Amino acid sequence: MLDDFLIRAALAGVGVALATGPLGAFVVWRRMAYFGDATAHAAILGVALALATDLPIVAGTLVVALAMAISVAGLAARGWALDTTLGVMAHSALAFGLVAVSFLPGVRTDLSAWLFGDILAVSKGDLALIWGGAALVLGLLAWRWQALLTATLNEDLAHSTGIRPERERLVLVIALAVVVAVALKVVGALLISAMLIIPAAAARGLARSPEGMAAGAIGIGALAALAGLALSLWQDTPAGPSIVVAAAAAFAVSALMGRVRGA
Amino acid sequence: MNKGQLSPRLSSRQAFVSAGAGDAALPLIEARHLCVRLGGTEILHNITLSLKPCEIVTLVGPNGSGKSTLLRALLGILPAAEGAVVHAPGLRIGYVPQRLQIDRTMPISVRRFLSLPKRVSDAEAQAVLARVGMAGSEALPMAGLSGGQLQRVLLARALLGQPHLLMLDEPTQGLDQPGEAAFYRLIEEVRVETGVAVLMVSHDLHVVMAASDRVICLNGHVCCEGSPQVVSSAPEYRALFGLGTQGALALYRHEHDHDHTAPHDHVCGHSHGHTHSDGHGHNHGHNHDHADTHSTPLKDERHDA
Repeated sequence: MLDDFLIRAALAGVGVALATGPLGAFVVWRRMAYFGDATAHAAILGVALALATDLPIVAGTLVVALAMAISVAGLAARGWALDTTLGVMAHSALAFGLVAVSFLPGVRTDLSAWLFGDILAVSKGDLALIWGGAALVLGLLAWRWQALLTATLNEDLAHSTGIRPERERLVLVIALAVVVAVALKVVGALLISAMLIIPAAAARGLARSPEGMAAGAIGIGALAALAGLALSLWQDTPAGPSIVVAAAAAFAVSALMGRVRGA
Repeated sequence: MNKGQLSPRLSSRQAFVSAGAGDAALPLIEARHLCVRLGGTEILHNITLSLKPCEIVTLVGPNGSGKSTLLRALLGILPAAEGAVVHAPGLRIGYVPQRLQIDRTMPISVRRFLSLPKRVSDAEAQAVLARVGMAGSEALPMAGLSGGQLQRVLLARALLGQPHLLMLDEPTQGLDQPGEAAFYRLIEEVRVETGVAVLMVSHDLHVVMAASDRVICLNGHVCCEGSPQVVSSAPEYRALFGLGTQGALALYRHEHDHDHTAPHDHVCGHSHGHTHSDGHGHNHGHNHDHADTHSTPLKDERHDA
């Protein structure tokens, strides 16, 4: 069954949605959208480093994404203007990565596969990585769920109940780096944030609890992955952007439904 | 009159202590020569204070005097640069933050909020909501609550852990006058019922003075401390609230429509505060007009107490 590239692609899309759904909810609640961008863009630098050192791509992206996420979180904690810091770091990492790749001798790599994803070329190994990463992220979030929610609502309140907000932030940062490493192949560095934010935002209008919103984001993300894949096959569009287009359509429908229900 | 008003409160507290809420002689929480620095600036200097079971203590002070910083240091959120904060063994603190902005992007009901971070049973949630006057509000979305409702829900959540000590950071910020008085009355009731000690921060001088056993006046250091009557007549307190504290006094102004252009007027203004805390009628002895609606809840509060 896994020999069919379409089945592999569909499973990869659903696997990514499993991880981006609940994490995306936190990205939305904590207004970390730009943070997700910075981490994802840094992944391109990770790709370049991995190619240069013959390491597995996923190791390179994971390490660089983690380094980026931790340094941004550290700067934010020290009171830097986050907007500017993230802007500088996100685009620098992307640009450095692109330049670095061009210096690599003998590497004929198709950069657009990393920028926009290449879901149709997902191998069995990639699939294991995606589902393993998704399981890791889901497990991490489920384990810390109550503490994460409390710290998201109010850090002082969390502190007063014995939760360490900075540790919960680190949990999210690690989860984000894993998601970036895992989703790079599927939607590409430029659109990972979209897969975090759009399904979660679409689920917001339909959900009545934080858990409902996280689950809804998984469902919408998975549907978007399948629909995007179908669109890509049917109209020969690039798969990663097609998935994001489908998610955006789901968001529009959800917003309309919310408008209708609210009226 | 003064003694007549205060003694019933004292005796109800005493009854509670002997019922086993803790050894009244041992403080629940203590700060010993505490200094706190933020980014190299010393915000709090040589603070020594302690709270006993069942006490209601209020921190007052102008903007930037370190009131919230002190609460956060006592909670252990901010480290002590010098000195120490000592908690009684096993101390449970219920904290009500200054402001809880529930982001509209997070759908969360009152019931779900009460289960953070520790899940509670429906019966517990129902009971605590009834206690704070929010019975039946389980299904309401947090983001849709009014300021007063939100404060009550926050208080309910803090009470769920059966705290020995409640810490409230400007709990009535943004409430109107009746809402404010009702909230302080609620705190007082909860104290009598559960024996919880209360440490709160307020701008709101005269209402707080009526509702507190002890007032600590803060301005980077402890300026003065004692019963509301003692503090409001202390020269340090008068000096503090008479000088350059337009921000703090703005709150005061809506009830005391006197002229604030002359700095010395503030000092006069605070002799009014003293009058309130005596437990006399609110309008008594004031040389200016203000609406009766302001005085009504205050009077109620005195009688309930």
